[in-house]
Amino acid sequence: MTGTWTGPDAPPAARDAHTRPALRALVLAAADDELILGHRHSEWTGFGPDIESDVALSSIAQEEMGHARVLYEQVAALDGVDIDRLAFGRSPQAFRNAVLLERPNGDWAFTIVRAWLYDQADAVRLAAIAASPLGTFAALARTLQREEKYHLLFSDAWLMRLTRSGPDGRARIQAAVEAAWPEALGIFEATPDVSVLVEAAMLAPAPEEQAARWDADVRARLAELGLDVPVANARTGGRAGRHTPDLAALLDEMTSVWRTDPSARW
Amino acid sequence: MTLSTRGIWDALADVEDPELPVAITDLGLVHSVTVEGLRVRVQLVPTFVGCPALDVIRERVRARLLRLAGVEHADVHFTYDEPWTLQRLTETARARLAAHGLSVPRARLAEPAECPFCGSTNTVLENPFGTTLCRAMYYCLDCRNPIERFRPPGDSLPAPDR
Repeated sequence: MTGTWTGPDAPPAARDAHTRPALRALVLAAADDELILGHRHSEWTGFGPDIESDVALSSIAQEEMGHARVLYEQVAALDGVDIDRLAFGRSPQAFRNAVLLERPNGDWAFTIVRAWLYDQADAVRLAAIAASPLGTFAALARTLQREEKYHLLFSDAWLMRLTRSGPDGRARIQAAVEAAWPEALGIFEATPDVSVLVEAAMLAPAPEEQAARWDADVRARLAELGLDVPVANARTGGRAGRHTPDLAALLDEMTSVWRTDPSARW
Repeated sequence: MTLSTRGIWDALADVEDPELPVAITDLGLVHSVTVEGLRVRVQLVPTFVGCPALDVIRERVRARLLRLAGVEHADVHFTYDEPWTLQRLTETARARLAAHGLSVPRARLAEPAECPFCGSTNTVLENPFGTTLCRAMYYCLDCRNPIERFRPPGDSLPAPDR
């Protein structure tokens, strides 16, 4: 597996010691995003508003965790650690997920709006990695893209359904957009040293261009649905390990079984 | 005894998917087989990255290879260099999935779903997600049965009607 980083088939960005930490940080941030949101989605299992949504969100949770796993495998191969230790054995400050994703689920409207804003961002991020000269990492991004497409389909269908359901649904969606917006802008906070990858022409478009693309995509759809886009500054910090107490609470629960015996094989 | 690639493929045909009564070779999960002396290297293609069956498949493949005379080392890995698509299913796989009660699209999920019980295409999508990551739920308006349909990754499909 270390061949991903140092083998003859490894992309230059992985082999070059100058760009490798930035690539590692990019992969780790994406893995943390998927794990944390996957865990939040899994909290709906058994509580979804209807059985279809329950099954769907549980499946999406399973897929996000599967994506986290395969991304952690890349980081673990480089670091020489066990993937469970990466997923369950780190302190909150070591996580690089966007803060938006650690927030509690709130109501169904917030869950859907958060999922939709993230799915749109993930689509832009994966498209950039898939189109960049990143070898195995680009191939992996292409694989994930094909699965994420269904997630966006689900969140977009619910966004539309709730918005058009009547005054209560629309008001809840609008409130959720306003609540999520500043931290959604934080999804595109630069991961550590990502500019090194961009300057070496190993990643394009750059995160700020990805953010602009996301902004245009999201605004167009919200306008189509007659929803207002808030004016707010980005709330960042997640990519630098500055989190809210919500992450510590989430990790406390998510890691409780693993912590009973970190050496157990599952 | 010298190992042949053909012999390895034959052995892999004994390995069934844990969630479907179909050999992994018929499902198109085997990407490549290479033999170097006593070492066999097999690369597999996952349908869905998060599929919990992947570890089981990998272990089954390893165990099967190690039972072959002349195999001392078996390296089994999943590769993401090539996507899994419906075109990787053999006709045998299609027939077995149909006998198992699963509807299987010809080329795209967007095609009308054919009911595996009555053959009608008067069906509606109920949920793009189902009991496993590779299945979607439909309903047959003619024989009034719920239908499970094989769902490939990355295909587009219409939004639910309701």
